[in-house]
Amino acid sequence: MGHPALAEEFTANTERAHWHDRALWFVRQKRDRMAASVPEWEELRATASAIKQHTQSLLADYLEEFERNATAHGAVVHWAADAEEHNRIVLSILQQHQVQNLVKSKSMLTEECHLNPWLEQHGIHVVDTDLGERIVQLREEPPSHIVLPAIHIRKEEVGECFHEHLGTEAGASDPEYLTEAARQHLRECFCNADAGLTGVNFAIAETGGIVICTNEGNADLGVGVPRVHIACMGMEKLIPRAEDLSVFLRLLARSATGQPVTTYSSHFHGPQQGGELHIVIVDNGRSEILQSEFRRSLDCIRCGACMNTCPVYRRSGGHSYESTVPGPIGSILTPLRTPEEHNTLPFACSLCGSCSDVCPVRIPLHHQLFALREHLDAKNLLERGKKLQMKVLSAVFSRPWLYRLAGRFARKALRWTPRFITYSSLTPAGLWGKARELPEAPPQSFRELYRNRQQQVDSEQNHPGDV
Amino acid sequence: MRVALFIPCYVDQFYPAVGLATVKVLESCGIHVDFPKGQTCCGQPMANSGCMDEARPLANHFVSTFADYDYVVSPSGSCVSMVRNHYDHLVDKNDSTAAEVRGQTLELSEFLVNVLGCSFSGSFPFRTGIHQSCHGLRELRLAGCSEVMTCRDSLLQNLLGGLDGIQFSQLQRPDECCGFGGTFAVSEAAVSAMMGQDRIEDHLQAGTQVLTAGDMSCLMHLDGIIRRRRLPIRVMHFAEILAEALRKTDLQTPASVQQGGN
Repeated sequence: MGHPALAEEFTANTERAHWHDRALWFVRQKRDRMAASVPEWEELRATASAIKQHTQSLLADYLEEFERNATAHGAVVHWAADAEEHNRIVLSILQQHQVQNLVKSKSMLTEECHLNPWLEQHGIHVVDTDLGERIVQLREEPPSHIVLPAIHIRKEEVGECFHEHLGTEAGASDPEYLTEAARQHLRECFCNADAGLTGVNFAIAETGGIVICTNEGNADLGVGVPRVHIACMGMEKLIPRAEDLSVFLRLLARSATGQPVTTYSSHFHGPQQGGELHIVIVDNGRSEILQSEFRRSLDCIRCGACMNTCPVYRRSGGHSYESTVPGPIGSILTPLRTPEEHNTLPFACSLCGSCSDVCPVRIPLHHQLFALREHLDAKNLLERGKKLQMKVLSAVFSRPWLYRLAGRFARKALRWTPRFITYSSLTPAGLWGKARELPEAPPQSFRELYRNRQQQVDSEQNHPGDV
Repeated sequence: MRVALFIPCYVDQFYPAVGLATVKVLESCGIHVDFPKGQTCCGQPMANSGCMDEARPLANHFVSTFADYDYVVSPSGSCVSMVRNHYDHLVDKNDSTAAEVRGQTLELSEFLVNVLGCSFSGSFPFRTGIHQSCHGLRELRLAGCSEVMTCRDSLLQNLLGGLDGIQFSQLQRPDECCGFGGTFAVSEAAVSAMMGQDRIEDHLQAGTQVLTAGDMSCLMHLDGIIRRRRLPIRVMHFAEILAEALRKTDLQTPASVQQGGN
């Protein structure tokens, strides 16, 4: 359907769109307060950016170093070229251990690979254990935000969903009551799980350890009971040294939710006693991005700050992007993989630049979105009407005489054309005019007035007595 | 000092008063500007649409039109940012003229404050709401933005702050985008309109009487909403405010601009 149509649908419910906007703006303000409380905030961002760019430039080396060190701890490292291979690897590990019940903590990578439906097809019962993820899983819809997956759902709707699936009281919407119900339900899932799957926030080359950040402790619970822990990560999650964490952990939660630090930052060095730790490292298009001018989009630490600040995201909702990762960063990553299906995303942006300025690793997001538009043009994927319009405009602007003539004509036309024609929905002016008035066309342009003024000044200088 | 005026195409066609106000303000500072007649458009609409091949001739046309000047001054942060920040792939990298023209292209408030060191007095007894246009704010850094924790002065607020009787609106979201965004205003019309409405609501709650900015494009969009809703907010480019304040002061005292003061 494309972003504009889905966004129009979302904004049609003005009250809900405003509620969504305010909920995310609240998070953005919390982030501002947290950032302001760290005097060296901008230095931290610059350092994080430098570490990430350094790491990506030597990624192959760091990946191998990580593999060596992780293996030395007893972890098994798997390499997956794409989503399909990733899914096959995970399934084969689960099948080897006759796993029937899998608990998962949040992993955007497995969303990207559509792991859940694949596992369910093969008879494995999958439970997402992050509260927001569990809500969207029960509602059979994708997350609408990478950190706040159920931000688009109101507590009353959660109440209805839990009433249907978890047997809570009809009409109940008290967050504490609903959270307690989810807690009891998830406890049971944790206890009955045969394996736990997690994402990875940071993988440290120097130590071979992985770090997983959650607010609910669900990653720890999910891998504490079962013997098998599978950790899935995109290959860009590497950082060189353990001490680099001191930069990223300070930035991540502050940027994401405005907390000083995530509630649980869990470090794993090898499997638990008697258990197994499998780390699946996934490429799925990342190598290609790494070689392109969009490589810095791989620096992303998935904090979601660009979504919270994006004035378009807040008013169009995550689902309008039809992409696992929505918002500014998703509008770069997704069209790079599937430009045909997602050619409206780089244009779902007013180029305001707020995303680039909140990004904790300083990805020049709006400049990448700008560059991505040219990338789409090179693939012939711009909207045909727009391309034609720009060709005509360029031809006019390249000829000053034609520009002057066209300007005069356009102003005249705007002044004399009846309103019902100018504002008809069939013209670009009409699209503008649906909610706004067009500018009033003056009889003379600036250059015409300026010429008159200069002539007057000249004649006054030549004939000082005349008026 | 040879100073050229660059008046963006849509200002030329739809807002001639803003161009004239810019000339008056610069003249009041003792600067006599040239207006090279061959100028048209900086190429931003094409570049923002991804059509670099269509933007390229306009970028080169811009460079050749303004090659002979010490400064190019324009009452638009957005067009200035296009020239300064986004001509990289459009003009020849090794062309020193292009590099010079780009570096010397300044937004009006930058030129007034950073180059001339002007300050203005005069009367403007209205509650004024400043819309921080995004490209001026986050591409040219003409003010501090709420996202970045580095303190910066707002050139626009400093320029207007010297006027007698002026009060500034306290906005709930001091620098959120208005939703214009060039072709975005049409291709994402629903979100664009909602963003504009939200900005206007913020100015209404703050009691804005005069809404101003450094970019007429944002103001064209916001004014369109204001006129559709028949709201009592007057929309003026900041050059128009300075020109109006100067005109009133001219009646009382001839010296109203201090140079090199700030």
